[in-house]
Amino acid sequence: MSWLDSFLVRAVLAGLGVAIAAAPLGCFVVWRRMAYFGDATAHASILGIALALAFSMSIFVGVLVLSLLMAVMVSSLGEKGYAMDTVLGVLAHSALAFGLVVASFLSGIRLDLMGYLFGDILAVGKLDLLVIWCGVMLVLALMRWRWSALLTSTLSLDLAYAAGIDPRREQFFLTISLAMVVAVAIKVIGALLIVALLIIPAATARIYAKTPEQMALISAIIGAVAVVGGLQLAYILDTPAGPTIVCLAAIIFALTHAGKFVKATLLGN
Amino acid sequence: MNLIDISNLFVRFGRHAVLEDISMHVAPREIITIVGPNGSGKTTLLRTIIGAIKFNEGIISRSKGLQFGYVPQRLYVDAALPITVRRFLSLPHYSSDAAINDSLIHAGVGNMGDRQMIDLSGGQFQRVLLARALLGDPDLLILDEATQGLDQPGSAAFYRQIELVRHRLGCAVLMVSHELHVVMAASDRVICLNGHICCQGAPAQVAEAPEYQALFGSGTQGALALYQHDHTHSHHEDHAE
Repeated sequence: MSWLDSFLVRAVLAGLGVAIAAAPLGCFVVWRRMAYFGDATAHASILGIALALAFSMSIFVGVLVLSLLMAVMVSSLGEKGYAMDTVLGVLAHSALAFGLVVASFLSGIRLDLMGYLFGDILAVGKLDLLVIWCGVMLVLALMRWRWSALLTSTLSLDLAYAAGIDPRREQFFLTISLAMVVAVAIKVIGALLIVALLIIPAATARIYAKTPEQMALISAIIGAVAVVGGLQLAYILDTPAGPTIVCLAAIIFALTHAGKFVKATLLGN
Repeated sequence: MNLIDISNLFVRFGRHAVLEDISMHVAPREIITIVGPNGSGKTTLLRTIIGAIKFNEGIISRSKGLQFGYVPQRLYVDAALPITVRRFLSLPHYSSDAAINDSLIHAGVGNMGDRQMIDLSGGQFQRVLLARALLGDPDLLILDEATQGLDQPGSAAFYRQIELVRHRLGCAVLMVSHELHVVMAASDRVICLNGHICCQGAPAQVAEAPEYQALFGSGTQGALALYQHDHTHSHHEDHAE
């Protein structure tokens, strides 16, 4: 497929995939107030990358495993009665620090740390694209399968139990999906900014949505616009792609919220 | 054939025994109220019955194919989560529009389907939860302090709705309440709980029981009598007093 030979086409396709997978998950991150949980999972990925390179394994697998480990550790410490805020603060930053230290031992190997921290979307190869879209499809399938049960346990644990749903099982599916989104999004947006792509489109979509499904759909559209627009801008302005995408998403967020405020003020008077 | 049979149920949190040797049953069409002081294990008992808490010893058997509807204590919907009443009633299983409208009417909030959950008042919210519990055509309604956060006229109105629903649908009702005076008169049976079952029986019987009076004092007995008296009058006079 020759049209995939253009790095810009590959970049757009990779970005679109990540934006679409991030949308339903980002909604749950917003509804369940998991922003810091997402951060911890994403930061653990740096350690995953460093270890994967040290043992010459697939980076995708390294990120997936470490992100999952982190998620499991956070949940089990939280259940043991540690304050969640503290657990996340300790684990997220430790994982990032250990990741950076381990990476510094690997100076012999070509390691573009900046690329993993902030994304290197223009270096997405055909194989990367395949891996990303497989991950995206898997996440979307998981979300579609568990959607109602997850939504019910997000609304109320007791309503979930009463309906025969085990909220802990649903939480587990959510965690797996989150780790997968982190793994596919590393190349596109970078470990430090992944949570932004989860939260900002969802928070923007909230203004216009009347149902949870609408919110997921609108946030996918907003994410896609931010990715495609951000890539164009990054290309024109010669800025790093990941941060430019997030900047554009933030600007859309600010404009829509300002618009809502102005509208409310005008109608209010 | 009882809807639910519980025998010798024990629930412990760590070393602390929350429920000790509970044996009780729920018969069809019965209204049972569980009363008890704070920390007496009322909510734990209900949550154990719906399967949210694992029990350590004992047997809980449900009649075959038992459908129950559960109205939780209170439910906090995050403002970040947009959801209409209609969509909420279709979770986790799809419900047809006709079924949703029916249950909303039964719960006394017939015109609320397209409202956002976060825009509902406390009373409307509880009725929507009731409507949700009615959707599966339940044989048994389980309510956990369903009127918490409602004012007195609000909760009295809510319990009248429950009586109406029971009358129309013929389901049994198992509920927990601290508002003894509002609830007891409407019950067929009252179970007084304080970790174990202190006493049980018809409302008047329980109100007379020394175990009950030891837990609640005789003041509530007066409130019960007051309510029974008020019951014959219109509701406006209820509020005036």
